[in-house]
Amino acid sequence: MKQSIIQWFKFGSPQAFYPLAGRMIPWFWAAAAAFGIAGLWISFFVAPTDAQQGEGYRIIFVHVPASWMSMFIYLVMAFWAGLGLALNTRLSGMMAQSLAPTGALMAALSLWTGALWGKPMWGAWWVWDARLTSELILFFLYLGFMALQAAIDDPRRADKAGAILALVGVVNIPIIYFSVKWWNTLHQGSTINLTKAPSMAHTMLWGMLLMALCFWMYSIAVALTRVRAIILERERHTDWVKHAVE
Amino acid sequence: MNAFLATVRRDLLLALRRKSEVLTAVFFFVIVTSLFPLGIGPEPVLLKKIAPGILWVAALLATLLGLPRLFAADHVDGTLEQMALSPSSLGLLVAGKILAHWLLCGLPLVLLAPVLGLQFDLDASALGILTLALLLGTPLLSLIGAIGAALTLGVRGGGVLLALLVLPLYIPALIFGAGAVEAHIAGLGAGGHLSLLAAMLALAVFFAPWATTAALRIALE
Amino acid sequence: MQWNSAGEFFAMGGYAFYVWGSFGACALLMLAEPFLAKRRLSEVRQSLIRERLADELELQQKTS
Repeated sequence: MKQSIIQWFKFGSPQAFYPLAGRMIPWFWAAAAAFGIAGLWISFFVAPTDAQQGEGYRIIFVHVPASWMSMFIYLVMAFWAGLGLALNTRLSGMMAQSLAPTGALMAALSLWTGALWGKPMWGAWWVWDARLTSELILFFLYLGFMALQAAIDDPRRADKAGAILALVGVVNIPIIYFSVKWWNTLHQGSTINLTKAPSMAHTMLWGMLLMALCFWMYSIAVALTRVRAIILERERHTDWVKHAVE
Repeated sequence: MNAFLATVRRDLLLALRRKSEVLTAVFFFVIVTSLFPLGIGPEPVLLKKIAPGILWVAALLATLLGLPRLFAADHVDGTLEQMALSPSSLGLLVAGKILAHWLLCGLPLVLLAPVLGLQFDLDASALGILTLALLLGTPLLSLIGAIGAALTLGVRGGGVLLALLVLPLYIPALIFGAGAVEAHIAGLGAGGHLSLLAAMLALAVFFAPWATTAALRIALE
Repeated sequence: MQWNSAGEFFAMGGYAFYVWGSFGACALLMLAEPFLAKRRLSEVRQSLIRERLADELELQQKTS
């Protein structure tokens, strides 16, 4: 038991994690590709045409995974940030920093695909629906996190300040979501019901799940690649880095 | 508690010596709200509909104006470090500074809002709800803003960054604050909105000084 | 399988712009991001290798 805890702490050091991440990345890429091919196959060739939305509903297979990931990554980011603040581990802050751009990308993709889905279905690129609005605010939170980290030169301070911001954001996200939802129900000007997905066939659900797994594996792979770069950038003056690159 | 009151008193005295800084935010609030009718047109029905939103957005921005100064001067002259080393808890002193900020930047807005609301043809009861909502909401803005001010202390491009960090977090206050007045005008009653605003304020009073203190300690390291 | 021809598949029942616009943007950004991350990693690596070579060169000059 004690042995295994020490083992975990060993991988918690950037020095040990750098080669480990390098070995893990190809596996996550392979998993992302496998889930992606299966998911795309279902999304385009197995899932039936929707009765109401025709072929346009197929956007759901990228829109929903991107939205899920954008929210999930923020939670993971806040988890690492909090861990870094509590245990004062260097790697946690680097993980949080490397996750932020991927999360922002997912939020941006979710907004973009949401707009492209909204236009043919509800006749407008943008609707002030509770989910879309929350997603936009989540995007702003990611931008704020990245801007704060970029503005602070000392990486340790950047990590800690970012961690506090991420934790404040996590506390606020549910409050923001419910306030936007409340706001949305109060202003029932538009009768559009965005949240109602086309009647879910089983194949659709499978397609969405596979695509979500693909996005998940992709996020891990790309975040690990970025964290390797961050490790080298920050630890460039240490001895082990000099020997790690050949 | 003495340390808390002393901090409030000190910050108020310092602000009174530099009146222009406090007055800038107030004038900003007045001017911004007066610009909207000029941009939109004087039609009373429309103005009445958008009044709560305009007054609230203007209050958010006016509060934001004073935030970069919340800790900056004390950081530059080393007072903040002395506070961090002092025997009384830093959290208490920070809470005092936040209260002083609200008294200087928030309370004037609350007092001015009913007057400005007249520009938008709001009736007396709606003005009352607006003032009450601002009374609950502006301390919330100061509390959340203090976290952002502490995080961006001494950071490149602090002012703009502060807006980027803090404005998304202000959204619930904006929604419930403006929503209270709108719900009242629509005849739905503002009780729900106001109690949610009060709940958020209670939450912020508890957490924000703590988070601000943590952020300040990081900035002082 | 509901497609009778490749043309029908790409037309997406009239929603081609929206469907391919969504999938295309995802594909584009999800190819660009790993590319940028990998470039960042190789740039740090290159500069570290250069640094090391410079150190070694300096050492050689001193000893010779």
